Amino acid sequence: MTGFAILLGFNLLGLVAEHVLHLPIPGNVIGLILFTAALFLRIVKLEWVERSAELLTRHMMLFFVPYIVGTIAFLPVLRENGLAIAVSLAGSTLIVMLVAGSVAARVGRKASLAPESEQGKASAGL
Amino acid sequence: MNLHEIYAHPLFGVTVTVGAYVIALKVQGKWKSIHPLFVCSGAIIALLLMLDIPYDDYRAGGDLITFFLGPATVALGVPLYKQRHFLRRYFAAILSGVTIGSVSGIAGAGLLVWLMGGTRELMATMMPKSVSSAISVEIARQAGGIPELAAVLTVLTGLLGSMVGPALLRRAGISGDMPIGVAIGTSSHGIGTGRVIRDSELQGSVSGVSMALAGIVTSLLFIPLYGRFH
Repeated sequence: MTGFAILLGFNLLGLVAEHVLHLPIPGNVIGLILFTAALFLRIVKLEWVERSAELLTRHMMLFFVPYIVGTIAFLPVLRENGLAIAVSLAGSTLIVMLVAGSVAARVGRKASLAPESEQGKASAGL
Repeated sequence: MNLHEIYAHPLFGVTVTVGAYVIALKVQGKWKSIHPLFVCSGAIIALLLMLDIPYDDYRAGGDLITFFLGPATVALGVPLYKQRHFLRRYFAAILSGVTIGSVSGIAGAGLLVWLMGGTRELMATMMPKSVSSAISVEIARQAGGIPELAAVLTVLTGLLGSMVGPALLRRAGISGDMPIGVAIGTSSHGIGTGRVIRDSELQGSVSGVSMALAGIVTSLLFIPLYGRFH
Protein backbone atom coordinates (compact mmCIF):
# COMPACT_ATOMS: atom_id res chain seq x y z
CA MET A 1 0.00 0.00 0.00
CA THR A 2 2.95 2.35 0.56
CA GLY A 3 3.78 2.11 -3.14
CA PHE A 4 0.22 2.79 -4.18
CA ALA A 5 0.05 5.83 -1.90
CA ILE A 6 3.27 7.18 -3.41
CA LEU A 7 2.01 6.70 -6.97
CA LEU A 8 -1.28 8.41 -6.11
CA GLY A 9 0.66 11.21 -4.44
CA PHE A 10 2.70 11.88 -7.59
CA ASN A 11 -0.44 11.66 -9.71
CA LEU A 12 -2.04 14.30 -7.49
CA LEU A 13 1.11 16.42 -7.57
CA GLY A 14 0.99 16.30 -11.39
CA LEU A 15 -2.67 17.32 -11.39
CA VAL A 16 -1.95 20.24 -9.06
CA ALA A 17 0.99 21.36 -11.24
CA GLU A 18 -1.17 21.14 -14.36
CA HIS A 19 -3.88 23.36 -12.88
CA VAL A 20 -1.83 25.79 -10.85
CA LEU A 21 0.84 26.37 -13.53
CA HIS A 22 -1.67 26.01 -16.43
CA LEU A 23 0.62 23.52 -18.13
CA PRO A 24 -0.78 22.02 -21.34
CA ILE A 25 0.61 18.59 -20.40
CA PRO A 26 -1.66 15.93 -18.91
CA GLY A 27 -1.35 15.78 -15.11
CA ASN A 28 -0.50 12.08 -15.19
CA VAL A 29 2.48 12.77 -17.49
CA ILE A 30 3.74 15.52 -15.17
CA GLY A 31 3.31 13.00 -12.35
CA LEU A 32 5.34 10.45 -14.35
CA ILE A 33 8.16 12.95 -14.95
CA LEU A 34 8.29 13.99 -11.28
CA PHE A 35 8.10 10.37 -10.08
CA THR A 36 10.92 9.27 -12.42
CA ALA A 37 13.03 12.19 -11.24
CA ALA A 38 12.35 11.22 -7.61
CA LEU A 39 13.53 7.65 -8.32
CA PHE A 40 16.76 8.89 -9.93
CA LEU A 41 17.36 11.33 -7.07
CA ARG A 42 16.70 8.48 -4.59
CA ILE A 43 13.95 10.48 -2.90
CA VAL A 44 11.77 7.44 -3.60
CA LYS A 45 13.38 4.01 -3.24
CA LEU A 46 12.60 1.37 -5.85
CA GLU A 47 11.59 -1.25 -3.27
CA TRP A 48 8.85 1.03 -1.88
CA VAL A 49 7.02 1.23 -5.19
CA GLU A 50 8.08 -1.80 -7.24
CA ARG A 51 5.22 -4.17 -6.39
CA SER A 52 2.41 -1.65 -6.68
CA ALA A 53 3.83 -0.30 -9.94
CA GLU A 54 4.13 -3.79 -11.40
CA LEU A 55 0.53 -4.62 -10.49
CA LEU A 56 -0.79 -1.42 -12.08
CA THR A 57 1.19 -1.63 -15.33
CA ARG A 58 0.47 -5.36 -15.75
CA HIS A 59 -3.27 -4.72 -15.63
CA MET A 60 -3.27 -1.46 -17.54
CA MET A 61 -5.58 -3.03 -20.14
CA LEU A 62 -8.35 -3.43 -17.59
CA PHE A 63 -8.38 0.28 -16.83
CA PHE A 64 -9.45 1.34 -20.26
CA VAL A 65 -12.08 -1.29 -20.91
CA PRO A 66 -14.83 1.24 -19.95
CA TYR A 67 -13.52 3.58 -22.67
CA ILE A 68 -13.89 0.85 -25.28
CA VAL A 69 -17.37 0.00 -24.02
CA GLY A 70 -18.04 3.73 -24.45
CA THR A 71 -17.64 3.40 -28.23
CA ILE A 72 -21.22 2.22 -28.45
CA ALA A 73 -22.01 5.88 -27.91
CA PHE A 74 -19.65 6.81 -30.80
CA LEU A 75 -20.72 4.36 -33.46
CA PRO A 76 -22.22 7.13 -35.65
CA VAL A 77 -18.90 9.08 -35.64
CA LEU A 78 -16.95 5.91 -36.42
CA ARG A 79 -19.30 4.94 -39.23
CA GLU A 80 -19.32 8.42 -40.75
CA ASN A 81 -15.51 8.73 -40.79
CA GLY A 82 -14.66 5.07 -41.24
CA LEU A 83 -12.35 5.42 -44.24
CA ALA A 84 -10.45 8.47 -42.94
CA ILE A 85 -9.92 6.70 -39.60
CA ALA A 86 -8.79 3.42 -41.17
CA VAL A 87 -6.35 5.05 -43.61
CA SER A 88 -4.86 7.37 -41.00
CA LEU A 89 -4.63 4.61 -38.41
CA ALA A 90 -2.83 2.11 -40.63
CA GLY A 91 -0.69 4.72 -42.43
CA SER A 92 0.59 6.58 -39.41
CA THR A 93 1.23 3.41 -37.39
CA LEU A 94 3.49 2.09 -40.13
CA ILE A 95 5.24 5.47 -40.47
CA VAL A 96 5.97 5.70 -36.72
CA MET A 97 7.28 2.15 -36.61
CA LEU A 98 9.62 2.37 -39.60
CA VAL A 99 10.92 5.87 -38.80
CA ALA A 100 11.49 5.16 -35.09
CA GLY A 101 13.16 1.82 -35.82
CA SER A 102 15.49 3.02 -38.55
CA VAL A 103 16.54 6.19 -36.72
CA ALA A 104 17.26 4.19 -33.54
CA ALA A 105 19.23 1.61 -35.53
CA ARG A 106 21.31 4.25 -37.30
CA VAL A 107 22.13 6.29 -34.20
CA GLY A 108 22.60 3.17 -32.07
CA ARG A 109 25.21 1.71 -34.37
CA LYS A 110 27.66 4.38 -33.22
CA ALA A 111 26.98 3.66 -29.54
CA SER A 112 27.58 -0.05 -30.04
CA LEU A 113 30.87 0.59 -31.88
CA ALA A 114 32.14 3.03 -29.25
CA PRO A 115 34.53 1.53 -26.69
CA GLU A 116 32.73 -0.06 -23.76
CA SER A 117 32.86 1.97 -20.59
CA GLU A 118 31.05 -0.64 -18.55
CA GLN A 119 32.44 -3.90 -19.79
CA GLY A 120 30.25 -6.30 -21.65
CA LYS A 121 27.04 -4.58 -20.71
CA ALA A 122 24.16 -4.24 -23.11
CA SER A 123 26.19 -4.55 -26.31
CA ALA A 124 25.14 -8.17 -26.68
CA GLY A 125 21.60 -6.98 -27.21
CA LEU A 126 22.20 -5.06 -30.37
CA MET B 1 -35.70 -1.13 -5.18
CA ASN B 2 -35.98 -1.44 -8.93
CA LEU B 3 -33.40 -2.85 -11.34
CA HIS B 4 -32.40 0.57 -12.62
CA GLU B 5 -31.13 1.54 -9.17
CA ILE B 6 -28.91 -1.54 -9.14
CA TYR B 7 -27.50 -0.93 -12.64
CA ALA B 8 -26.74 2.70 -11.78
CA HIS B 9 -24.84 1.70 -8.63
CA PRO B 10 -21.05 1.90 -9.15
CA LEU B 11 -20.72 -1.66 -7.85
CA PHE B 12 -22.53 -2.95 -10.93
CA GLY B 13 -20.11 -1.42 -13.47
CA VAL B 14 -17.02 -2.34 -11.44
CA THR B 15 -18.10 -5.95 -10.88
CA VAL B 16 -19.09 -6.51 -14.49
CA THR B 17 -15.81 -5.02 -15.78
CA VAL B 18 -13.47 -6.85 -13.41
CA GLY B 19 -15.43 -10.08 -13.88
CA ALA B 20 -15.30 -9.85 -17.68
CA TYR B 21 -11.58 -9.05 -17.52
CA VAL B 22 -10.81 -12.13 -15.43
CA ILE B 23 -12.79 -14.31 -17.84
CA ALA B 24 -11.01 -12.69 -20.82
CA LEU B 25 -7.61 -13.49 -19.28
CA LYS B 26 -8.68 -17.12 -18.83
CA VAL B 27 -9.84 -17.26 -22.45
CA GLN B 28 -6.47 -15.88 -23.56
CA GLY B 29 -4.72 -18.53 -21.46
CA LYS B 30 -6.45 -21.20 -23.55
CA TRP B 31 -6.40 -19.51 -26.97
CA LYS B 32 -3.37 -17.24 -27.09
CA SER B 33 -4.34 -15.35 -30.24
CA ILE B 34 -7.60 -13.99 -28.82
CA HIS B 35 -6.92 -10.53 -27.47
CA PRO B 36 -8.42 -10.12 -23.97
CA LEU B 37 -9.63 -6.61 -24.77
CA PHE B 38 -11.94 -7.90 -27.51
CA VAL B 39 -13.42 -10.56 -25.23
CA CYS B 40 -13.82 -8.29 -22.22
CA SER B 41 -15.28 -5.24 -23.97
CA GLY B 42 -17.39 -7.36 -26.30
CA ALA B 43 -18.94 -9.26 -23.43
CA ILE B 44 -19.81 -6.07 -21.56
CA ILE B 45 -21.30 -4.39 -24.65
CA ALA B 46 -23.38 -7.52 -25.31
CA LEU B 47 -24.59 -7.56 -21.71
CA LEU B 48 -25.59 -3.88 -21.78
CA LEU B 49 -27.46 -4.33 -25.06
CA MET B 50 -29.20 -7.53 -23.91
CA LEU B 51 -30.39 -6.15 -20.59
CA ASP B 52 -31.11 -2.77 -22.18
CA ILE B 53 -28.88 -0.94 -19.69
CA PRO B 54 -28.04 2.67 -20.65
CA TYR B 55 -24.31 3.39 -21.10
CA ASP B 56 -24.56 6.16 -18.48
CA ASP B 57 -25.65 3.63 -15.83
CA TYR B 58 -22.62 1.44 -16.56
CA ARG B 59 -20.40 4.51 -16.48
CA ALA B 60 -20.92 5.06 -12.75
CA GLY B 61 -18.71 2.02 -12.19
CA GLY B 62 -16.66 2.43 -15.37
CA ASP B 63 -15.34 5.79 -14.20
CA LEU B 64 -14.02 4.14 -11.03
CA ILE B 65 -12.00 1.72 -13.21
CA THR B 66 -10.58 4.32 -15.61
CA PHE B 67 -9.51 6.32 -12.58
CA PHE B 68 -6.59 3.90 -12.16
CA LEU B 69 -5.06 4.93 -15.50
CA GLY B 70 -3.60 7.95 -13.66
CA PRO B 71 -1.46 6.10 -11.10
CA ALA B 72 -0.72 3.40 -13.74
CA THR B 73 0.86 6.05 -15.97
CA VAL B 74 2.95 7.37 -13.09
CA ALA B 75 4.05 3.77 -12.46
CA LEU B 76 5.74 3.67 -15.89
CA GLY B 77 8.60 5.49 -14.17
CA VAL B 78 9.65 2.17 -12.62
CA PRO B 79 10.72 0.45 -15.90
CA LEU B 80 12.42 3.72 -16.91
CA TYR B 81 14.47 3.63 -13.73
CA LYS B 82 15.17 -0.11 -13.79
CA GLN B 83 16.62 0.02 -17.30
CA ARG B 84 18.76 3.07 -16.56
CA HIS B 85 22.12 1.43 -17.43
CA PHE B 86 20.97 0.24 -20.82
CA LEU B 87 19.22 3.57 -21.34
CA ARG B 88 22.36 5.54 -20.60
CA ARG B 89 24.35 3.67 -23.24
CA TYR B 90 21.73 3.99 -25.98
CA PHE B 91 20.14 7.21 -24.78
CA ALA B 92 20.84 9.18 -27.98
CA ALA B 93 19.57 6.37 -30.20
CA ILE B 94 16.42 5.68 -28.18
CA LEU B 95 15.52 9.35 -27.71
CA SER B 96 16.08 10.29 -31.35
CA GLY B 97 14.15 7.24 -32.57
CA VAL B 98 11.25 7.99 -30.21
CA THR B 99 11.20 11.73 -30.98
CA ILE B 100 11.53 11.57 -34.76
CA GLY B 101 9.16 8.60 -34.86
CA SER B 102 6.54 10.42 -32.74
CA VAL B 103 6.79 13.61 -34.83
CA SER B 104 6.28 11.67 -38.08
CA GLY B 105 3.38 9.77 -36.56
CA ILE B 106 1.56 12.90 -35.35
CA ALA B 107 2.16 14.68 -38.65
CA GLY B 108 1.27 11.58 -40.68
CA ALA B 109 -1.96 10.89 -38.79
CA GLY B 110 -3.06 14.55 -38.98
CA LEU B 111 -2.18 14.83 -42.66
CA LEU B 112 -3.97 11.61 -43.60
CA VAL B 113 -7.16 12.64 -41.76
CA TRP B 114 -7.02 16.04 -43.45
CA LEU B 115 -6.46 14.48 -46.89
CA MET B 116 -9.42 12.18 -46.29
CA GLY B 117 -11.60 15.15 -45.42
CA GLY B 118 -11.92 14.47 -41.68
CA THR B 119 -12.92 17.15 -39.18
CA ARG B 120 -10.59 19.08 -36.92
CA GLU B 121 -12.06 17.22 -33.95
CA LEU B 122 -11.16 13.93 -35.60
CA MET B 123 -7.61 15.19 -36.25
CA ALA B 124 -7.16 16.07 -32.57
CA THR B 125 -8.48 12.63 -31.70
CA MET B 126 -6.25 10.69 -34.10
CA MET B 127 -2.93 12.48 -33.74
CA PRO B 128 -1.86 11.25 -30.27
CA LYS B 129 -3.02 7.65 -30.77
CA SER B 130 0.41 5.98 -30.83
CA VAL B 131 1.08 6.64 -27.16
CA SER B 132 -0.18 4.78 -24.15
CA SER B 133 -3.95 5.10 -23.77
CA ALA B 134 -3.79 6.87 -20.42
CA ILE B 135 -1.85 9.66 -22.12
CA SER B 136 -3.55 9.77 -25.54
CA VAL B 137 -6.95 10.09 -23.87
CA GLU B 138 -5.77 13.08 -21.84
CA ILE B 139 -4.07 14.75 -24.83
CA ALA B 140 -7.16 14.25 -27.00
CA ARG B 141 -9.34 15.73 -24.26
CA GLN B 142 -7.12 18.78 -23.88
CA ALA B 143 -6.66 19.28 -27.63
CA GLY B 144 -10.40 19.25 -28.28
CA GLY B 145 -10.80 15.69 -29.53
CA ILE B 146 -13.07 12.89 -28.29
CA PRO B 147 -11.42 11.01 -25.38
CA GLU B 148 -13.51 7.82 -25.68
CA LEU B 149 -12.79 7.62 -29.40
CA ALA B 150 -9.09 8.30 -28.77
CA ALA B 151 -9.05 5.32 -26.38
CA VAL B 152 -10.54 3.01 -29.01
CA LEU B 153 -8.15 4.23 -31.72
CA THR B 154 -5.24 3.81 -29.34
CA VAL B 155 -6.21 0.21 -28.72
CA LEU B 156 -6.62 -0.47 -32.45
CA THR B 157 -3.21 1.12 -33.09
CA GLY B 158 -1.63 -1.11 -30.45
CA LEU B 159 -3.30 -4.21 -31.85
CA LEU B 160 -2.23 -3.40 -35.41
CA GLY B 161 1.35 -2.64 -34.39
CA SER B 162 1.65 -5.78 -32.29
CA MET B 163 0.24 -7.96 -35.05
CA VAL B 164 2.19 -6.71 -38.11
CA GLY B 165 5.13 -4.96 -36.40
CA PRO B 166 7.79 -7.65 -35.94
CA ALA B 167 7.32 -9.09 -39.46
CA LEU B 168 7.23 -5.64 -41.08
CA LEU B 169 10.41 -4.52 -39.33
CA ARG B 170 12.19 -7.70 -40.40
CA ARG B 171 11.20 -7.02 -44.01
CA ALA B 172 12.45 -3.43 -43.77
CA GLY B 173 15.82 -4.73 -42.62
CA ILE B 174 15.51 -3.34 -39.10
CA SER B 175 17.01 -5.81 -36.64
CA GLY B 176 18.45 -5.93 -33.12
CA ASP B 177 16.67 -5.74 -29.78
CA MET B 178 17.18 -2.00 -29.34
CA PRO B 179 15.78 -0.73 -32.70
CA ILE B 180 12.88 -3.21 -32.65
CA GLY B 181 12.02 -2.26 -29.07
CA VAL B 182 12.09 1.44 -29.95
CA ALA B 183 9.92 0.91 -33.04
CA ILE B 184 7.30 -1.17 -31.23
CA GLY B 185 7.20 0.91 -28.04
CA THR B 186 6.91 4.20 -29.94
CA SER B 187 4.25 2.97 -32.34
CA SER B 188 2.16 0.57 -30.34
CA HIS B 189 2.66 1.32 -26.62
CA GLY B 190 1.64 -1.27 -24.01
CA ILE B 191 -0.08 -3.70 -26.33
CA GLY B 192 3.02 -3.90 -28.56
CA THR B 193 5.26 -4.11 -25.50
CA GLY B 194 3.25 -7.06 -24.20
CA ARG B 195 3.74 -8.75 -27.55
CA VAL B 196 7.54 -8.35 -27.98
CA ILE B 197 8.36 -9.17 -24.35
CA ARG B 198 7.42 -12.75 -25.24
CA ASP B 199 10.18 -12.80 -27.91
CA SER B 200 12.88 -11.12 -25.87
CA GLU B 201 12.97 -9.54 -22.44
CA LEU B 202 15.40 -6.87 -23.60
CA GLN B 203 13.13 -5.95 -26.51
CA GLY B 204 10.24 -5.71 -24.08
CA SER B 205 12.20 -3.47 -21.70
CA VAL B 206 13.34 -1.12 -24.48
CA SER B 207 9.78 -1.10 -25.78
CA GLY B 208 8.44 -0.20 -22.31
CA VAL B 209 10.97 2.58 -21.94
CA SER B 210 10.19 3.88 -25.44
CA MET B 211 6.49 3.87 -24.70
CA ALA B 212 6.99 5.96 -21.55
CA LEU B 213 9.34 8.34 -23.40
CA ALA B 214 6.94 8.60 -26.36
CA GLY B 215 4.18 9.59 -23.93
CA ILE B 216 6.32 12.39 -22.50
CA VAL B 217 7.67 13.55 -25.87
CA THR B 218 4.21 13.51 -27.48
CA SER B 219 2.70 15.53 -24.62
CA LEU B 220 5.45 18.12 -25.02
CA LEU B 221 5.06 18.16 -28.82
CA PHE B 222 1.36 18.91 -28.47
CA ILE B 223 1.91 22.14 -26.56
CA PRO B 224 2.38 24.30 -29.69
CA LEU B 225 -0.60 22.55 -31.30
CA TYR B 226 -3.15 23.29 -28.58
CA GLY B 227 -3.78 26.87 -29.67
CA ARG B 228 -4.60 25.72 -33.20
CA PHE B 229 -7.36 23.42 -32.06
CA HIS B 230 -9.19 25.83 -29.79
